[in-house]
Amino acid sequence: MLLLNASGCLDALTAPDVAQSLDAFVTKTVTPEPREGNPPVRIAETEFGMLNAIGLANPGRDTFLRETLPRLASTVDVPIWVSVGGFTAREYAETCEQLTHDEVACIELNLSCPNVDEAPESAAEIVRACREVTAKPLYAKVSPHAWDMGESVRAIEAAGADGLSLINTLRGTTLDAHLRPTLSRGAGGYSGPALRPVALAAVSAARRATQLPIVGMGGVESGRHALELIACGATHVALGTVLFADPDAPTRVRAELAAELKMFGGDSADDFFGVALDAVVSAGNPQKH
Amino acid sequence: MSRPRRERRSVVAVEAIGPYVLLRVTRGSLDPGIPGQFFMLEAPGRVLPRPMSLCLAPRGELAFLLDPIGPGTRALAGLEPGDEVHVFGPLGNGFRLDVERPLLVGGGIGIAPLPYLAEALEQPPAVLGFRSEHHAEAAALLPSAEVVIDPVLVTDAMPAGRDVLACGPEPMLEAVRAIAPDAQLAWEAPMACGYGACYGCVVEIDGELKRLCVEGPVLGVASAQGLHGEGRPCFS
Repeated sequence: MLLLNASGCLDALTAPDVAQSLDAFVTKTVTPEPREGNPPVRIAETEFGMLNAIGLANPGRDTFLRETLPRLASTVDVPIWVSVGGFTAREYAETCEQLTHDEVACIELNLSCPNVDEAPESAAEIVRACREVTAKPLYAKVSPHAWDMGESVRAIEAAGADGLSLINTLRGTTLDAHLRPTLSRGAGGYSGPALRPVALAAVSAARRATQLPIVGMGGVESGRHALELIACGATHVALGTVLFADPDAPTRVRAELAAELKMFGGDSADDFFGVALDAVVSAGNPQKH
Repeated sequence: MSRPRRERRSVVAVEAIGPYVLLRVTRGSLDPGIPGQFFMLEAPGRVLPRPMSLCLAPRGELAFLLDPIGPGTRALAGLEPGDEVHVFGPLGNGFRLDVERPLLVGGGIGIAPLPYLAEALEQPPAVLGFRSEHHAEAAALLPSAEVVIDPVLVTDAMPAGRDVLACGPEPMLEAVRAIAPDAQLAWEAPMACGYGACYGCVVEIDGELKRLCVEGPVLGVASAQGLHGEGRPCFS
């Protein structure tokens, strides 16, 4: 099991120690053109999570390749996963084609841009276009909004993905005291503890549809939460919002996971891979005891 | 620059000062840092910590001035001696202390970093503005300061020819900058992480959106031009 950060939740250049405490560092999403991102207010706290509307702020593909990637490579020793975004399959593929550098261990396709939300066909199309131009491991970050997770995942696998990352944020809105949206963009991505059950369900559904490796994420704050994702079929686990509150979370979650494994009498997280899926009783076909 | 650390610290005292609260915690191995730097304080029961500039650094302690107006600051104000919270810092860039004729200017809860700054600059003159007599009780933290109360503004009381170091609400900072263009100003923005990870606290600096937690919160004249951030707490 690898412990990663969720894309967009860590800047290895400003916090190299935190990145170094992970098994791999995932960059913020890189788009073909530079993006300044959304105007403030970009974040809002809720009772059980937070909203962000950062807006894929990034220096753009050319500057990323010329400046950011070499700096990252000289700053952290852990493998670098590059998150790739775009607005057409061609844009994604053009970036993937240029990510030939040895420093790039893996490419994660951010398939949760507004125009590809809830469109499994386009997600698969994007994966297929990227698969044609790169031999790097290709992970698809899938939207939790997918109507049929199994169908989405099978289409993405058929298109040539090597793995899945799920889940991305859910869309959410909060209002301020004057009944105006708190975020300047009105809505944003909802993350944090509230997402845990959504993530567990999505990972379970994806695992039933595929044997591809899955990076599970969504509200993980503790070793127990990481173990639950593994029990639902996640191969690896990523930390997101918890990194904002606790930059020591990677080390702490690892230690807590080790303690959980010991408590359950297991040696490694692999011993608990998918165990929750075996315990599910199908509707209309109850098991007899 | 001191290296930020995150430690679980014990609450020593929670003292009311007018409508504000001075939260004192044990210092542990945390470095108080440079005046104007801030710490992320775990807000019990909330998802995100809250950024607070250091108000005072008594021996063995760190003290933060809070305005309990939202769920996070109310949770912090509700702490009791002996309770423990995570404290992470010092973070960001503080005030430059190499000034000849310092004048501290603060407004409302924005006076928070000034007592520690006054100590470092050997108690320079200060002008503090508050919206009411009750709020002005916080001026006790800076006993030598001149205090003005709304509708009198700090800019009405600021002597000329001084190196201004200011913290307060955005309209006050804009007004201070208009009459003291070289002022060092400590700004505020909603932050999720405080260490450059979330990109939530961007403000417009030099025509670009930049992270206030990395570039600030204290911005000098060279970098503050054209800053139009949301200089107010978004979640408090």
